[in-house]
Order: sequence, then structure tokens, then C-alpha cells
Amino acid sequence: MPVNPELVGRDFPPTPPYLVGREKVREFSRAVFAADPQHIDPAAAQALGYADVVAPPTFAIVVTDATLQQLLSQPDSGIVLQNVLHAEQKFRYSRPIVAGDELTAKLSVTGIRAMGAAAMVTSESEITDAAGAHVVTTTSVLLVGEGDA
Amino acid sequence: MSDASTGAATAGLTVGDVVAERTVHLTRESLVRYAGASGDFNPIHYRDDVAAAVGLPGVLAHGMLTMGLAVGTIEPWLGDSGRILDYGVRFTKPVVVDPDTGADVTVVAKVGAVDEESARIDLTVSHDGTTVLVKAQVRVRTV
Repeated sequence: MPVNPELVGRDFPPTPPYLVGREKVREFSRAVFAADPQHIDPAAAQALGYADVVAPPTFAIVVTDATLQQLLSQPDSGIVLQNVLHAEQKFRYSRPIVAGDELTAKLSVTGIRAMGAAAMVTSESEITDAAGAHVVTTTSVLLVGEGDA
Repeated sequence: MSDASTGAATAGLTVGDVVAERTVHLTRESLVRYAGASGDFNPIHYRDDVAAAVGLPGVLAHGMLTMGLAVGTIEPWLGDSGRILDYGVRFTKPVVVDPDTGADVTVVAKVGAVDEESARIDLTVSHDGTTVLVKAQVRVRTV
């Protein structure tokens, strides 16, 4: 199996705070064809009760990029980016991400199992806001193949 | 967060109802735009030579781009995206984006299940007649 099973249960530090910017939300919204006014127009977002523009649901993946980098940078992980395929993705929300949020992600590797010569790696990132309240949990399943960088 | 008016669309749903659908045309520019917006600069999403070298049939759309545009299909119907409780997909088939003709991704959103407080919306996401996301399900709050 190409991935070190001891990654399960390893303690990863919370990522540095990610400050969600209004223009970043607009840029991401345009990129995923999310044209709804709540993502673009602060007044439309405020009419729904939010302080500023609302990020599209999959924006949480941008905040978890730092946790993927943590995983890849473990010297003993065995994971090489070019061998990684994204197999599954899930988000569980307490609330949407809104411009102005300062978010931190905490990674945990919850499962690794062999699949032929490859490994299925399941990880979770719990994203919390500046007050420590839960915003969204992202669960990723990566199929990691063999091979050197 | 929501008020009573945004709940209107999600009231009285019946399993099998189509609540939204659209086709999004992707080009290579779309992939570069998503790479920049998301920070995912894996070259298989914009370089033909790299895609070929790793054995892919061509430059592929980011799975997370397909996942993102799929859920965006239901937002005008849903109103407040804060109604989304969870959203998950399995990536099963790649979307190859031709440098000249691009690629069309079609999304059909149907009610898959309803309970007292929420509904499961099943997204059928296809490209070139093939389903590219499996178990693409959005659970939304209906009260």
C-alpha cells in the first residue's frame, strides 16, 4: 500500500486563519457559474440576513487547501500529488461561508484502506470561524496510487 | 438564515419533481478561470502534454468545478443557500474539455426524498451522454 497507515489519528495543527474576501467570493462564484445575486451583491445577501456576500457551497474546498498541503508535506505519508485522484467529496454545513469570515481548518485522517496497489484515504477538515463555532466539515476521499515524484 | 418567503419553493415537494435544470458550456478558459479562483493548478486541467503524459484522454475539467456548477443549478429555485445542510458527490467519469469545441455539462435536479424538515435533491450530471458524478445529493432544509 503506497500510503502510511499511521497517518490515521495523527494530530495536525489548525491552519492559519483564512480571511474570506468579497472579491474572492465573486471571483469563485463566477468560476463555478454561480450567478445567484446572494454571491455577488451585498444587498441581496443582506436581504437574506447575511452580513456580506455568501460564498457558493463548494468554496469550503478553497479553505481546506491548506490541510491538503499539510497532508502532502508529511515526509512519511507516501502521498505524491500526481498520483492522487479525487474520488469523493462531501460537505456538511452549519451555515454558509460569508465574506468577512476568518476561518480555520483542522485536519484529521479518518481512514486508509488498501485497494489493489492503491490506497483510499479518507480525511475530514472541520472549519470553524473566529468565535470557534462550526461552519462546515469537508470530507474527502482520495485514491492514491503508487509511484515516485 | 431565511425568512418565510424563501421557504415557498421548498414547500409541497413530491419525489420525482424536477426543480431545476441547466446546461453549462465549459471551455479551456473556464478551466483556467477555475484554477485561478480555487488555487488548484494541477496541469492536467490546462496542459495537453501533461494530460497525455499521465495517460488521460485529454485536458479534464476539475472535479470540484463540476461539483460546484452542479449545485449552483438549484440555487435560483432554493433561494437562500443557507438551506443546504449537506452536499456530496462521487467523481466517476472525467469531463474532457476539447480545446476548440469545449464540453457541455448538463444538470437535472430532481426531488429524491422528502421528510418533515428536509428534502434530498438528486443531481444527474452528465457530459456527452455519460453520467460524470454519481450519488450527487444535496440535502436542503424545507422548514
